[in-house]
Amino acid sequence: MSADIVNSASPAGEKRGLAGRLRTLRYIGLKILSAIPMLIGVITVNFLLVHIAPGDPISILVGETAPTEEQVAALYAKLGLDQPLYVQYWEYLVSVFKGDLGYSYVMQADVVDLIAARIPATVLLMLSSLLVFTVLGVGLAVLVARKPRSVFDRAGSILAVIGYSVPAFWLAQIALVVFALNLRWFPTSGMTSSRHVYEGFAYAGDVLLHLFLPACVLGMRYLAINFRYARASMRDALSQDYITTARAKGLSERRVMFHAFRNGVLPIITVFGLNVTDILAGAVLTEIVFGWPGLGRLMYDAMYARDYPLLMGMFVFVSIGIIITNLVVDIVYSIFDPRVGLK
Amino acid sequence: MSVKNSDTAVVLRRGAFSTISAGISALRLDGPSLVALVTLVVIAVFAFVVPPFLGDVNSMGADSFAPPGLTYLMGTDDLGRDVFSRFAYGARMSLSVGVLAALTSCIIGVTLGAIAGYMKGAVDIVLMRIAELFQVIPRFFLALLVIALFGTNVVFIIMTIGLLGWPEVARITRGEFLSLREREYVLAARSGGQSTRAIIFSEILPNAMPPLIVAMTMQVSSAILLEAGLSFLGLGDASNPSWGLMLNEAQQFLTRAWWMAVFPGLGILVTVAALNVFGDHLTDVLNPRLRGGAR
Repeated sequence: MSADIVNSASPAGEKRGLAGRLRTLRYIGLKILSAIPMLIGVITVNFLLVHIAPGDPISILVGETAPTEEQVAALYAKLGLDQPLYVQYWEYLVSVFKGDLGYSYVMQADVVDLIAARIPATVLLMLSSLLVFTVLGVGLAVLVARKPRSVFDRAGSILAVIGYSVPAFWLAQIALVVFALNLRWFPTSGMTSSRHVYEGFAYAGDVLLHLFLPACVLGMRYLAINFRYARASMRDALSQDYITTARAKGLSERRVMFHAFRNGVLPIITVFGLNVTDILAGAVLTEIVFGWPGLGRLMYDAMYARDYPLLMGMFVFVSIGIIITNLVVDIVYSIFDPRVGLK
Repeated sequence: MSVKNSDTAVVLRRGAFSTISAGISALRLDGPSLVALVTLVVIAVFAFVVPPFLGDVNSMGADSFAPPGLTYLMGTDDLGRDVFSRFAYGARMSLSVGVLAALTSCIIGVTLGAIAGYMKGAVDIVLMRIAELFQVIPRFFLALLVIALFGTNVVFIIMTIGLLGWPEVARITRGEFLSLREREYVLAARSGGQSTRAIIFSEILPNAMPPLIVAMTMQVSSAILLEAGLSFLGLGDASNPSWGLMLNEAQQFLTRAWWMAVFPGLGILVTVAALNVFGDHLTDVLNPRLRGGAR
């Protein structure tokens, strides 16, 4: 949607007056407000699932662990199962907003703490991969945008289709077999070596070595997505009137490309928002193949242990993360593009 | 754009055979899209014709971990089962789940999108807010949670994936309906006293088909990927091998038997890539408005 706005209107970068700033602020405020019903919606879905699922809530939440009588009684009181459904719903809603995602009986720990412990590893993997491969993807697209239908353009497009279609976990398996098991260039699993304990720079190097393969595997999708979008939007930008004007004025080709780049690259910001769900799912599956100690691994273990409180907590957590990401993307976009919020 | 749509409307009113031939010539196939279409046809034929000749997919042979060769085209797995047989059955399973799940999301999406776009007003706002919620909710995680809670049965997996894909279809349908409902021929039908149902199904829907066909293609490819991801986690129907389930089984034998992982993955890659290439081409042909856009 936002891409349409960019393509049809004048180039970005016009000066913004006070009215423009207020408009942007109002837009941001509206976006934040509209995220709240989303949050409530996600929590509601989660609440309904426990009550629709076969079996009573207690046995679902407790799973195959054998809790003590007190634990069951405490859980019964906490869920308020003797109360009407709407009271239970309200209690649940309030507890999630207070940051309580439940208790994992399998792991004997609060779900929030379990998740928090795994966030750094997943964020490290996703961010490093995102940064490197977004730059690569956009860079490639800018390089080929001037020469559509050239050999490089076609090669890039074929690679993009593959990157877009390949299941990340399979690519991970193949990379593992080739580069870790056969060539032995990289470690096969984990985030650090278990044999040596490194410190300082050696530690960072060790983590980097472990990070390389999973980050590359995950990055193929960013590369493909960014290449596709950036190529299309660069070509679109290069066909606009202001580019013709710039060329007619005798601007150097580099300046012309820079002109197009500023407007052509803006939609890329939204690409991340649109694809963050798929990318996160890809990260989870990649983590499982490489034994990366992040959220994916936690989810996998939770699934096998039938640890439903943990699974549900992760679902709510991930959903909130995605809502916030989309919010940030919208806000960043509105700051960069003065026309957002005009309508 | 308007010329295009009325062309399609004319085409859709002819007989079945001329519709198919007109459809093929309207596809304006070029190199890549032709390759993609042929690939898809070959995979579909393979998936639905070959498996019945292969015998029981779970029968165990004497050789476990036999590498690919003349006896076993794609080798055997840890239990001595023929990977080629399982690959063929897997193709059938993955394609069926993909197509049926996509159909489910299209039926729901088209119905709700048509209602929202035709009724406008409060109904539209409510339906679109729900669609927005379902687009934000991480599909993969919700599917995982639902299947873990309710069980791994094929029908259930199809329904779950299908139920999660409808918002995209609903949005597209709604957009088409919003613009098409104002056209002269709809006005004519309405003043001619046709029922709302007749207007929706025989006047507007046929003209909204082109973008919906593209959406359907994309739904199939994302459903196949989603099913593969879930089966890879062990949330597949264990009695019916799918490509994702085979990759799940391959994970613990990566060191010993690379062939267990390579072939099913290639199957997914080729199928999904062909669907995407063909879908992109359809977008160009049927949806000229979006040409130059990335999706």
